[in-house]
Amino acid sequence: MAKLILSNDKIEKIKAICKSFNNEKGEVINVLHKVQGTLGYLPAEVQEVIAQELNVSLAHVYGIVTFYSFFSMTPKGEHPISICTGTACYVRGAEKVLDEFKRQLSIKVGETTPDGKFSINCLRCVGVCGLAPIVYVGDKAYGKMTPEIVKDVLAEYI
Amino acid sequence: METVKLIIDNKEVEVAKGTTVLKAAHECGIEIPTLCYFSIDGMNIENKPGGCRVCVVEIEGRRNLAPACATDCENGMIVHTHSMRVINARRTVVELILSDHPADCLVCGKAGKCELQDLAQRLGIRAIPYQGEQSTYRKDMSPSILRDVDKCVMCRRCEMMCNRVQSVGALSAINRGFTSVVAPAFEMDLEKSPCTYCGQCVTACPTGALTEVDHTSKVIRALSDPTKTVIVQTAPAVRVALGEEFGIPAGTSVTGQMAAALRRLGFNAVFDTDFAADLTIMEEGTELLDRIGRFLKGDKTVKLPILTSCCPGWVNFFETNFTDLLDVPSTAKSPQQMFGAIAKTYYADKIGVKREDLVVVSIMPCLAKKYECQRDEFKVNDNPDVDIVLSTRELAGLIKQANIDFKNLAAEDFDTPLGESTGAGAIFGVTGGVIEAATRTAYEVFTGKKLEKVEFEAIRGLEGIRSAAIDFDGKLMVKIGIAHGLSNARKLLEDVRQGKSQFHAIEVMACPGGCIGGGGQPYSQGNNFETLKKRSAAIYAEDKGKKLRKSHENPYIKKLYEEFLGEPGGKKAHELLHTHYFDKSKKEIVID
Amino acid sequence: MEIFRFFLILSFFFQNKFVSLHSGKIKLKSNMANYKMHLLICGGTGCKAAQADEILTNLRQVVEDKGLENEVQVIHTGCFGFCEKGPIVKVLPDNTFYTQVTPDDAREIVEEHIIKGRKVSRLLYEDPTTKEHISDSKHMGFYLKQHRVALRNCGFIDPENIYEYIAREGYSALGKCLTELDPQKTCDIIKQSGLRGRGGGGFPTGLKWEITKNVPGDQKYVVCNADEGDPGAFMDRSILEGDPHCVIEAMAICAYAIGANKGLVYIRAEYPLAIERLKIAIEQARQYGLLGTDILGTGFNFEMEIRYGAGAFVCGEETALIHSMEGMRGEPTFKPPFPSVSGYLGKPTCVNNVETFANVPTIINHGAEWFRSIGTEKSPGTKVFALAGQINNVGLIEVPMGITLREVIHEIGGGIKNGKKFKAVQTGGPSGGMLTEKHLDTPIDFDNLVAAGSMMGSGGMIVMDEDSCAVSMAKFYLEFTVEESCGKCSPCRIGNKRLHEMLEEISHGKGTMEILDKLRNLSQVIKDTSLCGLGQTSPNPVLSTIENFWDEYVEHVVEKKCRAGQCKDLMQYFIIEEKCVGCTACVRVCPVNAIAGEKKVPHTIKQDLCIKCGACVEKCKFNAIITK
Repeated sequence: MAKLILSNDKIEKIKAICKSFNNEKGEVINVLHKVQGTLGYLPAEVQEVIAQELNVSLAHVYGIVTFYSFFSMTPKGEHPISICTGTACYVRGAEKVLDEFKRQLSIKVGETTPDGKFSINCLRCVGVCGLAPIVYVGDKAYGKMTPEIVKDVLAEYI
Repeated sequence: METVKLIIDNKEVEVAKGTTVLKAAHECGIEIPTLCYFSIDGMNIENKPGGCRVCVVEIEGRRNLAPACATDCENGMIVHTHSMRVINARRTVVELILSDHPADCLVCGKAGKCELQDLAQRLGIRAIPYQGEQSTYRKDMSPSILRDVDKCVMCRRCEMMCNRVQSVGALSAINRGFTSVVAPAFEMDLEKSPCTYCGQCVTACPTGALTEVDHTSKVIRALSDPTKTVIVQTAPAVRVALGEEFGIPAGTSVTGQMAAALRRLGFNAVFDTDFAADLTIMEEGTELLDRIGRFLKGDKTVKLPILTSCCPGWVNFFETNFTDLLDVPSTAKSPQQMFGAIAKTYYADKIGVKREDLVVVSIMPCLAKKYECQRDEFKVNDNPDVDIVLSTRELAGLIKQANIDFKNLAAEDFDTPLGESTGAGAIFGVTGGVIEAATRTAYEVFTGKKLEKVEFEAIRGLEGIRSAAIDFDGKLMVKIGIAHGLSNARKLLEDVRQGKSQFHAIEVMACPGGCIGGGGQPYSQGNNFETLKKRSAAIYAEDKGKKLRKSHENPYIKKLYEEFLGEPGGKKAHELLHTHYFDKSKKEIVID
Repeated sequence: MEIFRFFLILSFFFQNKFVSLHSGKIKLKSNMANYKMHLLICGGTGCKAAQADEILTNLRQVVEDKGLENEVQVIHTGCFGFCEKGPIVKVLPDNTFYTQVTPDDAREIVEEHIIKGRKVSRLLYEDPTTKEHISDSKHMGFYLKQHRVALRNCGFIDPENIYEYIAREGYSALGKCLTELDPQKTCDIIKQSGLRGRGGGGFPTGLKWEITKNVPGDQKYVVCNADEGDPGAFMDRSILEGDPHCVIEAMAICAYAIGANKGLVYIRAEYPLAIERLKIAIEQARQYGLLGTDILGTGFNFEMEIRYGAGAFVCGEETALIHSMEGMRGEPTFKPPFPSVSGYLGKPTCVNNVETFANVPTIINHGAEWFRSIGTEKSPGTKVFALAGQINNVGLIEVPMGITLREVIHEIGGGIKNGKKFKAVQTGGPSGGMLTEKHLDTPIDFDNLVAAGSMMGSGGMIVMDEDSCAVSMAKFYLEFTVEESCGKCSPCRIGNKRLHEMLEEISHGKGTMEILDKLRNLSQVIKDTSLCGLGQTSPNPVLSTIENFWDEYVEHVVEKKCRAGQCKDLMQYFIIEEKCVGCTACVRVCPVNAIAGEKKVPHTIKQDLCIKCGACVEKCKFNAIITK
C-alpha cells in the first residue's frame, strides 16, 4: 500500500476530534468511532495522528483497531453492501445470498471492486430477523433476499 | 498478618491472605507448571493475564478449573493440582498450543531454553493430536532482535515489558482470536517501530518468538580467517553472569576463566571494555565539570542536567521520544564505541595492522549494542569501529561449541594496553555505577583533594528511581538522579522537559538493574530480582578487589592521552570519542 | 392517549413535592386531548427497514390532506414484536392491527378506516388455520400467551416523547425510591422480587446491587450492557428503541441503590436508531430534571453517558465490556475480582443488561410479590425471546417463565415454516445448545435450560427445521466463536479453531470416529479451562448436537451422508426407479462411467465412482435423478 499523505485539513479535523474528547487516553475508542465516521476508514496515517494526540503508542491504537470488527483500515465502496450473517439470516439462506454477491462482483468479503463502486462486508446480527436474510446497500435495506434477485439489486446502483 | 488455611493436594497449608494458589503450592513444594505467568519479584512486576491456562487446578465446588496464578487462596479451599481431570486439561491445552507452533525446534534460537519445549517434555507429550491451520506471519529481522511471531503463544510478557516496564510502546497485542499475536503497529518491522532494542522482550519471551540476531557464525568466520587480526572486548556485566550458562551459581565472577576461554577461541588479543569505561569517565566527567563550571559562572545556555550516554537502548529511546532534548545528553560515546574507535586507530597503528584487517568483537550483555555498532556515525569508510557484537548467551554458546571446559579453566589476565582497568570501570555494569565512577573522578578533579571513601552507598541499590546529593567538599552539592528501566527514565525526562528537574546529572540505564539485567544476559525468568542482586554484588566485589578504583588513575588511560589523545575533551578526543544524536521520531510508516 | 393516567401521575408528582416537575417545567401539549384517533406505526429497526418511515410520511400526508391533523395523531412507536408481519400499523382506540402495510396503503387506511369507519380487511392478520381475519392483536395466537413486562411500553408510546412515558407510570418508581425508600430497601425489593440477570448467567440482580452497595468506595458506576451480541437476539435493541426512558429510570434507581452518581450505557454501534432514541431520551430526562443534580429536589445526583461498542461479541462479558469502555482491547479478565468490587476505572461497578433494567421500574411500582406471581419459583417474571429461523411468526415475544418450548414454537410462533418438521431450537445463541423434540415440554427457566445442555442467554431462539443439518449448525456457531474469540486464552483461541476444523472435516466427508472422540474431549477441556464465559460455553453447540444428534454425526462419518442435504460434499445423486425409463442418456453423459444401466431398465449410480458433477441431472428429461 502506498503511503497516504493526509491533507492538513484532514489532520486538523482529526486533531479537533481528539480535542473534543480532551485528548484523553481512555477515549481512544470514541475517537476512532468519530474519526471513522468522518473519514470513512482508519488508514495508518490517521492512526498515527490519533496516537500522537492522545499520547499513546501507535501499537496500542493499532491493537484496538484490529480488535474491533467495526473499525476498518480500507475504504469502503461507494455503495457498501452489508450482508447480515447472524443465525436467523443464516438459517434462511444468507450464505447463498453472500455467495451470489461475491460471484456477481468477483470480490471477497472485506474487498472493494476495482472501480470503487461496491464493497462487501458481513454484518453481525442487526436484529431484523423478520426480514431474514437481510442485506443493506448503503442505508437501504433489502429484506427476504434470495440469490436470484441479487442481480436486480445491484442493477439499481449501476 | 491475616492468614488463610486451605488444603492443596491433601496437604494443609496456611498462607498469608492474598497469596495465590500458585505461590501457596510452591511454598509447600508443589510445582504447578506455568507458561504465561512471569514475575520479577522485588520490582513489583507481575504478568498474569491468566491466558495460557496451563496452571489450571481443580478447586472443589467450582464448576470450572481455575488458573492457579490468578486465584487467591481462600479459607477452606480444597485444591487438586494434579488430578487426572487437571492433567487431561493441561495436556490438551499444551497440545493445542503446539498445534499452532512451528516444529522447527532443531534450529530454533530458543532450543534447549524454551519454556514451551520444557513444558511439553514435562507433560510427556509425544504427539500433537490436534492438527490444523497455523499462523503464517513473516519473520522480522532487525539489527538486534529477530521476531518469529508464529512462535508467539500470547503470553503477553513482551507486551508487558515493552509497555509497562519500558514504556517504549513498540509492541501490542494485535488482531483477534486465532490470528492474535503481539507485534508492532501494522506489523511493521521493529526497525521502523519505536523499539529501542533493549531486548527486555527477548529476556521475557518463553519461546523462540523473540530472540537475538545470532552473530556467532560471523565471529567463527573471522577467527578462522588467517588474514584477519581479531580482538575482543568484554563488557563489565558479562563476567558476573557468564558462569550461569555453565552451571556456576549466579553472582560468581568468572573474569579470569572468560579471558582464558576467549584466548582459547583464538582471539589475537583479549581486552576489556572496563578500560574503555575508564576512558568514558575521563570524557564524560570532563564534560560534566565543564557544564557545571559554566553553569556556576552564570552561563544560561548550558544544558543541565547532563545525561549519561553509555546505554544504546537509552540513546535510541531519547532519539525517538525526546527529540527536543537531543542537546542534553553527554556527547561521549559509549565505552563499546570508544573502545572500537581507539582500537582501530591507536591500537591498529601500534600493532601495524590496517583498519580493514582488524576485526573488533564485543561481548555484551546487551542487544542494543548490536545495533549501536552498525550506526553510520560509528563507521569510517564504511568500516565499523566495532565489527561484531555477541551477547553473553552467544559467547557461552560459542565456548560450548569449541568444547572448552569452562568450569575448569585456569584464570588468565586481559592483554595490554586495552585490558587494564580500575574499579570505576568495573561498576559500569550495574545501575548507578556510571555516575558513581564519574563522581569519583569529578570529585578529585573539582576539589583537588583525594577522595578517601570511594563507595557512594547512597547511589547504590535497585530502587527504580534514586537520587542523591553529593558534597564536593563544601564547594558544591552535586545533585544526582538515577533511573533504570525506561519507564523510570521517562519520568525523569518529563521533568527535564518541563524544566522541573533539580539534578545536575542523571544516569539512565535502559534495562532493569542496568547492564547486569541486559537483554543479552543468560535467561533467568526475565532477569529476576534475586539474580540481579547477586550479579550486582559480584560487580561491586570486582570493584573492591581492584588496586585502582578511580578512572583517572588508570596508567594506560594516562598513557593513551599522553601518547595519542592529548587532553580529555580536547580536539582529537572529540573527534574519536564523542558523537551526536539524531531525531528518529519520524520513522516512516510504510505498509506493504 | 391514556390521558387520565397522565393527570393521575402529575398529581402524584404534586403529592410528593416534586418541585422541579410541577414548578412549570412540564407543559402539557394543549391539543393532545383533542385527538380522537391515533395511528401507531412501528418504528423499530425491522419495520423501518421495510419502509415504515414512508408509511408514516404518507399517513401524515393523507391525514393532513383530509384536514384531520387535529383529530388524528400519527406517531411512530417502538417494536410491536410481530416482525414477521411488519410493517405494522395500529389504530387506536379500536385496537385494529394492520400487518404488512406498504406506503401505498396509507390512503386506504385513512379514507376507509378513519373516515368511513370500515376496517381494511385485506391488511388484517389472517389466522393460518381458520383463515379468519383478526383485527385485535389480543386475539392473535402470537399475542395470546404473551405477558409484557419489560416490553410494556414498546408499541404503545412514542419513544421520543417523555410525556408518553410519564403517562404510563414513567419515573414514578424513581420518585418512589428517592422519597419513600432508602438504598437498602430498594435493593431489598429487587432481591425479594427474585429478578435474575437477563443477559445470560441469571445472577440475582438484587444481590449484585447489594454487593456493589456494600463495597466501600467514593465513586461507583452503573453500567447498562447494551452490547447485544447474540446473533438472532434483538430484545435489548427493541427496548431501547421503543422505551428508552425505562432504562434511564432503572439505571437511576440502581445508582441510588448502590450509591453511584454516574451511569454508562455500552451500546453496539450497529444500533443507530437505538442510540439516537436513547440520546433524545437522556436529553429530555435532563431537561425535566430527571437526570443531573438534585433530581426531583431530593439531593440525588445522577448523570449518564453513552459508550459505543465496536463490534466485538466478547464485550458482552462484563470485564471485557469494562476494558472496552476504558479504551482498551475488549479482553476479559479473570474473576474475582468482580466488577462489583473493582470495575470501571477500578471502581465498584454494577453491570446489568437492558432487559434486566427494563423490569426494575415495574417491580418498584408493583412490588416484589406481584413480580413473583409471574413465572416460576426460581425464575420469577417474564423473559423476552427473539423468535427467528424457520418459524412462521418471527418476532419479539415476552412470555412468563415456565412456559414450554412447545407453546412458544407452536402456539406463539405459529409452527414451522412451509409445513416442515421441527428439528431443533437453539437458545442462548452461540453459547447455548440445541434442544429437540424431547425438550419441547420442559418449562423454560434459567435452570432447566442449563440442565438440558443449553442456556437462557440473552433470549435468542432460533428454530430449525428438518432441512438443517446438526453438524452444519454446530459448525456455523463455531465459526462465529472463532471469529469472535478475543484470543487471550489458548483453549478458546486455538481450541475453538480446532473444533471448527474438525467439524469441517466431518461435513466434508473426511471425518472418522476418532475425530468424534477428539471433538468431545476437546469440547470438555475448552469448557473447563477457558478464561471467560465465551470460551466456557462455546463448545455447547457441539456437545448438545453430539448429545441430541449422535446418529447424524455417525451418518456423516460412517456413511458419508448428510440427511439434511446441507453438507455439499456429502450430497449424493440417486435415480428414482419409478421415474427412470432407461433411456441411457445419463449413462452416456457421465464422464466417469459411474452410471450403470441397460436400455429400458432403470439405471443406478455407483456412489464410489460418482464425482458429483451434475451432468446426469441436466441430461435427464424425466427428472429422475435427485440429490440427497
